[in-house]
Formats: sequence, structure tokens, C-alpha cells
Amino acid sequence: MGGHLLSWLTFAPTVGALLLLFARVLMSAREETIRRLALALSLIPLGLCIPVLMRFDPTASGPQMVERAPWIRFFGFNVDYFVGVDGLSLWFVVLSALLVTISILASWRAIDQHVLEFHIFLLLLETGLIGVFVALDLFLFFIFWEVMLVPMYFLIGIWGYERRIYAAVKFIIYTMVGSALMLAAIISLYYLNGGTTFDILAITENARAGRLALAPQTERWLFWGFALAFLIKVPLFPFHTWLPDAHVEAPTAGSVILAGVLLKMGGYGLLRFNLPLFPHATEEFAGLLCALAILSIIYGALVSMVQPDLKKLIAYSSVSHMGFVVLGIMARTEMGMQGAIFQMLSHGISTGALFVIVGVLSERRHTRVIAEFGGLARPMPVFSALFGILALASVALPTLSGFVGEFLVLVGTYTSELAHARAYTVLAATAMIFSAAYMLWMLERVLFGEITHEENRHLPDVNRRERLTLIPMAVLVIVMGVLPNPILRRTDRAISEVKQAAHGAVLVQWESPGWRMPNPALSKGAARERMGLMRRR
Amino acid sequence: MLKALVLSPLLAAGIIGIFGRRWSERLIAVIGCSSVGLSMLLAVRVVFGELWSRPPEQRVIWEPFFSWIASGPLRVEWGFHLDALSGVYILFVTFVGFWIHVFAVGYMRGDSGYARFFAYMNLFMFMMLVLVLADNFLVMFVGWEGVGLCSYLLIGHYFDRAYAASAAKKAFIVNRIGDFGFALGVILIFATFGTLRFSEVMGAIAARFPEPEALGEIGLLTTIALLLFVGATGKSAQIPLHVWLPDAMAGPTPVSALIHAATMVTAGVYMVARCSELYARSLTALFVIAVIGGVTALLAATIGLAQWNIKKVLAYSTISQLGYMFLACGAGAFSAAIFHVVTHAFFKALLFLGAGSVIVALHHEEDMRRMGGLKRVMPLTYGTMLCGWLAIAGLPPFAGFFSKDEILWRTWTSPVLPEPWGRLLWAISWATAILTAAYMTRLIVLTFEGEERFARHAEGHRLVPRESPPVMTIPLLVLAVLSVGGGWMGLSEAYTGGRIANGFEQFVRPALVRVPLHSDPLRMAAEEPGHGMELGLAAVTTLAVLAALIWARRFYRRDPLRPAPRLLQNKYYVDEIYAALLVRPIVRGSSVLLWKVFDVALIDGAVNGVASAVAACAAVLRRMQTGLVRSYLVMILIGALIVLGYFVFVGSRLPAR
Repeated sequence: MGGHLLSWLTFAPTVGALLLLFARVLMSAREETIRRLALALSLIPLGLCIPVLMRFDPTASGPQMVERAPWIRFFGFNVDYFVGVDGLSLWFVVLSALLVTISILASWRAIDQHVLEFHIFLLLLETGLIGVFVALDLFLFFIFWEVMLVPMYFLIGIWGYERRIYAAVKFIIYTMVGSALMLAAIISLYYLNGGTTFDILAITENARAGRLALAPQTERWLFWGFALAFLIKVPLFPFHTWLPDAHVEAPTAGSVILAGVLLKMGGYGLLRFNLPLFPHATEEFAGLLCALAILSIIYGALVSMVQPDLKKLIAYSSVSHMGFVVLGIMARTEMGMQGAIFQMLSHGISTGALFVIVGVLSERRHTRVIAEFGGLARPMPVFSALFGILALASVALPTLSGFVGEFLVLVGTYTSELAHARAYTVLAATAMIFSAAYMLWMLERVLFGEITHEENRHLPDVNRRERLTLIPMAVLVIVMGVLPNPILRRTDRAISEVKQAAHGAVLVQWESPGWRMPNPALSKGAARERMGLMRRR
Repeated sequence: MLKALVLSPLLAAGIIGIFGRRWSERLIAVIGCSSVGLSMLLAVRVVFGELWSRPPEQRVIWEPFFSWIASGPLRVEWGFHLDALSGVYILFVTFVGFWIHVFAVGYMRGDSGYARFFAYMNLFMFMMLVLVLADNFLVMFVGWEGVGLCSYLLIGHYFDRAYAASAAKKAFIVNRIGDFGFALGVILIFATFGTLRFSEVMGAIAARFPEPEALGEIGLLTTIALLLFVGATGKSAQIPLHVWLPDAMAGPTPVSALIHAATMVTAGVYMVARCSELYARSLTALFVIAVIGGVTALLAATIGLAQWNIKKVLAYSTISQLGYMFLACGAGAFSAAIFHVVTHAFFKALLFLGAGSVIVALHHEEDMRRMGGLKRVMPLTYGTMLCGWLAIAGLPPFAGFFSKDEILWRTWTSPVLPEPWGRLLWAISWATAILTAAYMTRLIVLTFEGEERFARHAEGHRLVPRESPPVMTIPLLVLAVLSVGGGWMGLSEAYTGGRIANGFEQFVRPALVRVPLHSDPLRMAAEEPGHGMELGLAAVTTLAVLAALIWARRFYRRDPLRPAPRLLQNKYYVDEIYAALLVRPIVRGSSVLLWKVFDVALIDGAVNGVASAVAACAAVLRRMQTGLVRSYLVMILIGALIVLGYFVFVGSRLPAR
């Protein structure tokens, strides 16, 4: 498999899904066997991440382990099968593979109907997730982006809670609105670039060298075509309302993948496409996006604080955490963007694990309402310790993973060239206070105090399978907080290239007619005007 | 060496935390205490063996560990830095910490969370050592938040009591408000100096900002200094962020002694002293610190006079004493502040442990209204508490006298405080000294003297208070000895007529900045008011304190249960004001306005509105697809007419190209 490592990694889950089907059809495997088989099959892509990590050269420029073959040739429509990893995508591939395994472990008891279909969808989803990150051809990227929606839709719609259909449809429609715009932008970009290739690297290189001469208005349209799709995914305020519904209604596995990987595609997309391809438009709208990011951070935290439902609380906290990601990316400094990537990884692990935690509780009590719990630290000490560590990682306690990302984003924003960098930093830093407030208040109500409901008195502590799921996550959270450098180092090169692309082009072309110099006062006014429009609507 | 010193308690914390639940109390106690004991021995060795033997200017040991965060221009390492200042800190932190651990072996006996308790206590020691040995701001921040975390975990030790859990949460959140300022300060330091390492930042400050920023000038240094100080007000419980410390008494008493009296709460003072190079260059920041310290000292002492819970009296006393330390910092006397940190660690740990001994004897009774007359049954506890009492009241020759007097004197003669604030703050701290004597006398009288007010036959079983076992009384004796004699190490020159220099100051001086900057040392010496004045003021204070002691003793013996004014009993209603002005509006606003109205009704309503509008349109449009060719023909005709009409009536008016 030497030369096709990434293809194996991407399609191993698909093959696995087929194997599951055969196991049922040919050998009529029972549910327990299906579960075990699915778990084993999910370990294959996770295992394949090891050679990928080992072969990855942090100092090399551009994508590595590249595979390329002509795929669709149709009236000058040149689509390639073109995959590879670089510093931007490497860790998200690993994260996807890890979280799918975690999801299967977390669903062991929770899923007892249509077990086969569930695992098939989960494995197909994995192909979509990894495909999005390794695709280096715009068209291929878009296909994976859409493919991934289908299994997700079914995961929410079939195995979800009461309002699952509503949530699934809402999720699909929200995402499709974004996708439709992105498709239009992709096609236009293809023809504006000469209509010869969907190769992301080639287009990026053209943009950097000034060969992709977009008119300002065109660049703005293309910027928003991509950005809206990504911002809905992130999700940035005010496009976030699909998230609480999708999370609350999705089964645990769905929530883990949603929070852990799907949201990250937004941040990844901004870094991969918007910054390098549309640097001028990024410069122009950075202020607006930062303002929305700040709103997400504070608004998400405050709304999270008052949620009566555990899952909804964590869902809104994601809005807050992902605000940091957008802020760091829009700062366009190394620290900001690396912080954003790290924040996404950290959030993927800690929030993914928190959803597993909620799953553990809801399997035992069939409720997620905070008021139903209280005093669980007595009957469930190990569970409480793990819950505590993961919640504190979310609070961004130093030496836990969340701190590194948030601190880098804050420093990166402060030292950036944004017009109101100081104000953004100060406002974003208030999350330190609010996150402590919502997380610790939640811990207090769930774990501490007297036991108020008799049925909680004898809840069993986490069993072996649950420990196997949660302890590695808790350990990862600590390791990432103490030793973030192995991760950061592998993103260095890619990030500095994004930075160059984003800044270099701006410096070169600022002088050219049609682009007004970024005027802080003007862009502030523009931002305010747009916000006013939104509020009126 | 420093690594071993720091990591020893972490290792023990990990071992106890993972395996301790199945182990016996004895084994846990041995591991928990010996790890701290090992740190103490290493601290003694490294400070006296290595640091002391060097000439004063070279008393710095730097041990880099490994790289922590590297991104863009930011390079942060895990590294440890030992100089005279951190040397003093690791000595008393490990020493007091060790004896409090020993005390806790007895105090926590039979507690269901024994292993958890010792794991957290060891983790705390680790974090505290990281805080004081950090060689850069970010690693200090790790320790800074880490001790806060341990404080949270230990306040909530009795987590099934609602008030303990809620006090723990309050402590963490209030500290986080402070840390918000601290983090911004750190970011601003990085943005200004491009590094976070203390030695580099302080060196750069001296080179780039030779002149101090004047009073009232809010320059870069003042902004940094004040932001960091916000963190200090949180950690060291100064107004307006003092509200968490009294509630923190919900934790076990050894926790109160170690974390909430002797060590963690003095981290703010340590930070200010560590950055003395920075603070000395901002007269505004110094002034703010002095005023907040002075006001906190006075107000907390008044509240202490009105509390019934023995630990809460001590908690307000701690807040008040911390105020003294900040007053000293603000007056530019960083060495006096650190001196008071050390003596305070001795006598306040002693007082808390003494209170713990009483609380255990009375089966976890903390209300002084149900104590009294204990001196007959608990002679050792009583005797050692008396030492603590005289030490904190500041009578010579007890430890508190020397350090407190140094602070008062430095405030009076401060070269950085504007006229007449030095004298004014001196008067405030003088009044505080008298109040301190009064509330501590009240505590001693209510607890140990007079008649017994506890129920000897509560709930069917007999309550016979007994002296605590040796494992608890030996730490009391050790700390009592230091509370009596620990002050001599910082004996002011005035008492020997200048013949013997102040040893403590001599030792820490190289690590601190001399205030005021740039003055001619000869002229400074000439301008310093004479020793006679210093002795005179000390005599005035001592006489006043003595009078207060005697008066308070007579007053409270006559009428021990006399209630204090409502305003003081209710702590000036600060908690209530915060709840009404901040907590409730934020929670209500988030719940009703942001979530239910804005999020659900407005944004989601708009989204769902669009969706149903689309559905409605689709329903109408569906009707048009009747499948009848005739109706399609009609529609084509109408469409064609519209297009035609457009070109005829509108298109003709367009300018021809």
C-alpha cells in the first residue's frame, strides 16, 4: 500500500462498511459481532494514521504523500483524483479516525436497533470526513463535502431522540444553503482561473502570484460563496441555530462527530480557501468576521450558562469555543492561526468526550436535564474525575489542551494588524470568566451537592468499555496541554505559507486600482451597517 | 535539583490519586508527607547549600526543562528560576506545607476522602512550587491557575454539602475574574517586549523605561502593572475581589491553613515583588496598590470583629494581613512585604491549625458562640494559640511585631507615595493594628476562656473535648516556636543602632528593586528619617496595641456574646450587592433575553420562517404543474406577453449603446 497510503486511509472505512454488509448477508452475523467487527474495522484507518504521521515531514513545503490520477474528462471539465496531506489537514485526518473509533465505543449499548445500518453509516461517514481533509482537487473536495452529509443525515434522523426528523432536516437545509453557494463559487473559480484545472494548489499558486486576477467585486462574491458554507459549519453567530438542535437530537456518536470533526471543516475551509485565494476580500471582511466571532464567544457562553439540558449546554459552549477559531484565523498571524488549529483539535477531543460523558449519563437515567442529577460524585467517582478533567480542558485551564489554543488565539489577535485588535482581545478574553461560570456551575449541579433523586444514589460508575473510551481522551487532553509542540511543529510550515499568501498578495496588490486601502473607520462603519441590517431582519 | 524539588509532590499526587483509594490511611499519609518533606530538604539544600554560598549578585540558579509552546515569535519553555526571592518562598512554603501535611494526617483521620485529600494537597504543593520557581510569566500562570484549581478541589472536599460545592465554584470564578486581568497583562508584556521570561522582561524594562511613569499617567507600564494587579486582587483576596476567601472556609481546616492563609493567597504579593522592576516604574500602580491594600486591611479587620465562625474571623484576618503586605508593596517596601508574608505564614498557619484542633475536639463545631472554657482541657492548643495571638497582634518580641512594624514605618517614610498619603495610610494601618488586637483577643476569649457554652450531651452522646493527639500538637508547637522567634531574622537596624544590618532584607534585596530609582544612595541614607523616629513610632503602636488587648479582653470576658453592628455582621452587604447588580442580571438576561427571545424566537424564528415561506411558495407553485397542456400554453403566452411588454415599454427607454 506504500504509494497509496492516503487512499487506503480514506477508503478503508468504505471497504469496512462493505465487509460489515457481507458479514450480515453471508454469515448472518449477530449484533454483538457486528459491533466488534465495526470497532476492529475502525481501528484500521486509525492505525494507518501512524505511518502517515511518521512519514510526514514537518519541514517540507506543500502537500505530502500525494496521489494523483485523471478522473473526469468531460468537455474541458478536468477533474482529478488528487489527494495529499499538509500541515493544515494532517491532524484533522488523525482526529477524524480517532473520533470514529470513540463513537463506535460510545454507541455500544446506546444503539440497539438497526445496529448494522448504524455502523455502515458511521464508516461511510468516516470516508467522507477524511476525504474532505485530504482532497486537493476542488471538485473532489466538494464531492466528499456533500457525501458526508448523507450518512450524517441518517444518523441524526434514524437514531436520534424525539425531534430527530426536524433536527436532521434543519441540519441538511442549513448546510445545503452553504453548499449551493460554495458550488457556484467553485465553478466560477474554475472558469476564472482559466477553466483547466480544479487543482487547489495550482489555483492557490496563481492567486499568490497575481495570475488569478479577480475583479474586486468578483472576489467579494467568491469569498462569501466559500465563507458562508464554512461559517455555517463552524458555526458562527448568527448561523448557529442548527447546532443546538442537531446536537440535542443526534445520538451520542452523531454529536461526537458533529462537534469533533464537522465543525472543524469550517475552520479548515477558511484556512485552505478563503485566506490564500481571496486575500483582499479577507482583509476587507476580517473586521466583520472578528466582530461576529467575538459575539459568538460571548453570546455562546452566556446562552450556554442558562441551558437546562446538558447536551444543549455543551452545544452552545461549542459556539463559544469555535468563535475563538474564527477570531484566530481572521487575525492572520502565525500564533492566531496555529492557535485556531490547536483550538479545533482540543475542542474536538474535549467536547467530543463531553458528549460521550453526557451519553453515559443519559444511558443510565434516560434524561439529560441537569436538574435530574446532583451528587453523582459519590456513586460515580471515576466518572466524576473524568468529567472534571474534560470540563476543565474546556475551561482552558493551563496544562490542559484548551489553554494552548485559546492563549495562542488571544496573543495572535493582540499582535495582529487588525483594526481593533486590542478590543477584540479584551472581549474574547472574557470567555475565561464565562467558561468557568457555565462549566463549573454545571459540574456543581451534576456532580456535587446532596443526592436529590433517589435513582441517582446507586448509579453504576463507568464500566470497562466506558473507561476505555474516556480515559484515553482525558490523557490526550493533558498531553496536548503539556506537550503541544509535536502538534504545533507540524503545522508551522503550512501556516506560515497561508500567512504569506494572505499578507503577501495584499501588500502587492493594495496599490492596484479598484482596491481601496483598508480604512479602519470605513470598514468599521460598514461592519456596523451590516450588523444593523441583520438585527433588523 | 529544582526539578526534583518541584516534581516530588506531583509524583506523589499522581500515585495517591490513582492507587490511593484502595490503600490504608497510614500508607497514604507516609507518601503524602514524605514527598513534601523531600521537597523541604531539597529546598534547604539548594538555598543554603548553593544559593547562600554565592556572592549576593550571583544568587541565581536557572534550570531550563523543555520547550512548551512554540508558535511564530512566541517561545515558551518550562523552566525554573531560583533567586533570593523564590528561595525565601520555597523555604517557607515547603516548611509550613510539610507541617500542615503532618497535622492533616491527624485531622483527616477517618475521612472518606482521605486519599483524594492528600492527592490534591500534594498537587497543590506542586503547583505552588511551579508558581514561585517559574522563569517566565506563562509558567507562572500555570502555577497561578493550578493553585486556584487545587483550591477549588479542596474547598469542595466535602462536595456533598451544597455550600461547600458552591463556595468552591465561587472561589474559582472570582479568581478567574482576576486571572482575566493577569492573562491580558501577560499578553501585553509579550506584545511589548517580545518575550515572557522574567529576566529578559525586567532587563528590557530597565533599559527601555529608565524613568518611572508619574502619578496619574496611564502609560504602557502602568497598564501592564495594573492588569497584573487585577490578578493579584483575585488570588490574594483584595477588595473588590475578596468575597471568595471567607466562603472558602468550607474546606477542611488544614486547607484553610495551607492554601487560604500561608501560601496561595500570598501569590499576589509574590507576583508584585517578582515584578518589582516593573511596579517601581509606575507610581500610579504603586499608589493604587497601596490604597487598595490599606483599605482592605482596615475594612476586613472591622468585619473580623463581627463574625461568629472561628474560621471566618481568621479568614477576614488573613484578608486584612494581606492588605498590609500590599500596602508595603505600594509603599515601595517589597522586602518588608515578603518579610510579613513569611511571619504571617507562621502565625496564621498556627492559628488555623489551632482552630482546627479546637474544631476536632468539639466534633466539627465552628461557631464560637458554642465554645468557651477550653483552656483547661486543651492546654497545648491554648498555649500555642496564645503565641499566635500575640504574634498577629504585633507585640514585641513576637514575629508579627517586627514585620508589621517594618510595614508601618516604611509606609510613614515611603518615598513613592504622594503627600500626605504616606501618613494617612500609616494612620489606617495603625488603626488596623488596634482592630487586629481586638478581634484576635475576642477569638481567644470566646474560644478558650469564660464558661463552657458547648452542649456536653448533644444528640444522645456525650461530648468530652480532649487535647488533640501528638501528630496534631507537634506541628502546633513547631509553628509556635517560629511565631515567637521567627521575627528576629528581619530585625530592623534601628534596634541595634545600625550596627547589625537587617538580615532578611540583605538576603532578598538583590532580587528586588530599590525604591526610589536613581537616587544617590548616600543622599538616600542622609534623607532617611532617623532611627529614633522609627523606635518612637513603634513604641506608640505597641502601647496602643497593648491597651487594645487589655481592653478587649475585659470587654469580651464581661459580655462575650455581644453582637456587632448589623453592617459588619453582614460584611457590608458586598455579596448581596454583587448578586443583585451582576450575577442575577447576567443569568436572567442570558436566559430570557438572549436565549429565549433572541436565539429561539428571533434568529431561529427567522430561519424557520424562511423555511415555511419556501414551503408555502412551493405549495402554490405545485398547483401550477397541472399536467394539462392547455394551461401550460396559457402560461407561456402570459410569459411571452410580459417579456414583450418589457421590451416595448421599458427597453425602448434605455439609452442605445
